[in-house]
Amino acid sequence: MGKCLVLKYLKQFLIILLISFIGEILKAVLPLPVPASIYGMAILFVCLVTGILKPEAVKDAGKFLIETMPVMFIPAGVGLMASWGILKPMLIPVVVITVVVLVAVMAVSGRVAQAIIRHERSKKSNE
Amino acid sequence: MNEFMQTSIFAGAAISLLSYMLGLKLKEKLKSSLFNPLLISIIVTIAILLAAHVDYDTYNLSAKYLSWFLTPATVCLAIPLYEQLALLKKNLAAVIAGIVSGVLTSLVTVLILALLFGLNQQEYVTFLPKSITTAIGMSVSEELGGYVNITVLVIVITGVLGNILAEFICKAFGIKEPIAKGLAIGSAAHAIGTAKAMELGEIEGAMSSLSIAVAGILTVIGASVFSWIYSVL
Repeated sequence: MGKCLVLKYLKQFLIILLISFIGEILKAVLPLPVPASIYGMAILFVCLVTGILKPEAVKDAGKFLIETMPVMFIPAGVGLMASWGILKPMLIPVVVITVVVLVAVMAVSGRVAQAIIRHERSKKSNE
Repeated sequence: MNEFMQTSIFAGAAISLLSYMLGLKLKEKLKSSLFNPLLISIIVTIAILLAAHVDYDTYNLSAKYLSWFLTPATVCLAIPLYEQLALLKKNLAAVIAGIVSGVLTSLVTVLILALLFGLNQQEYVTFLPKSITTAIGMSVSEELGGYVNITVLVIVITGVLGNILAEFICKAFGIKEPIAKGLAIGSAAHAIGTAKAMELGEIEGAMSSLSIAVAGILTVIGASVFSWIYSVL
C-alpha cells in the first residue's frame, strides 16, 4: 500500500469518526431515544446531498465498513450464551413472533408498493 | 489453555473472525443461503467458548472491539442511500408507502402477538425493533430497556429466514415488481435479506438497502410510541 493510499483511507476514516462523534454529542444533548449512529447517518446524508462532502471523501472506507458489518454483530449474537436463561422461557413467543412478523411485513410492504407502482403506470399509459 | 484464553486480549476477536471466515467458505462451497456466515460464526464461537470453558464476559473483553465499529459502519449506510437518490426520487410515493406500511405492520403485529402471549413491557420492547438492521435495532432495544441479546438473536434469525424465504414469500403473495420486491425484502429482513435482494437484481438490491436505512429511522420513532402504547394498555 502506497503512502498516498494509506493517507486516503486514514482521511476517510477520520471523517467517518468525526461524524460519529458529532452523533454522540447530539445524542447526549437531545432528549430523544435516537442512537448516535442514526444522527451520524443523517449528518453524512445531508453532507452528501448538499455537496459539503463528495462521495469520494468517504466511499472506500465506507464500503469496507458496510461490507464487514456482519462481523460486528458476532459479539452481540454470542451474548446469547449469557442470556440463555432469559431466552428459554420465551422460546415459543420468540419463534412465533419472528416468523409471523417476517411474513406479514414482507407481504404488506411489497403489495402496497406494487399497487402504487402499477397504479401510477396505468395512469401514465392512459394519458 | 483456558487460563491463557482468559487473560488474552486477542483470543475472542480472533475466534470470532476465524469462525466468520469459516462461515463465508461454507456458504461459497455449498451455495446455500441456509449457511449464513453470521449465524454460523455465532454458533461456532459459542461452541468453542463452551468447549474451552470461557465465559461471555471474558470473551467480550476482546470481542467488544469488533462491536466498536458498528456506529461508524451505520453512519456509512448514508452512502448507498445517497447513491440511490435518483431511483428514490423517481418512485417516491411507492417507496414511502411500501416502507411505512412495512414498519407499521411490524409494530402492530408485534403488539398483537405480545398481547396474545401476555409479554411484560421488557419482553415486548425486546421484539419491537425485530425487522430493522441490528445496529439500529440494538440501540432501540437498549434505549427502551429490552433484552438486547435476545433482540439481536431475533433480528439475526429474521434476516436469515427472510434471506431464505424471500423468493417464496414474494411469489406466494404475487409480488413481481422489482422495486416492490426490494422494498419488501429490505423492510422485513434488513441487511441480511438485502444480500438476497442483491442476488435477485440491481433494482431489488438498491431498493432493499434503501429500506434498511429508512425503516430503521422510522422504527426508532415508531418503537418509542408503541412502547408507550403498550405501557398504558
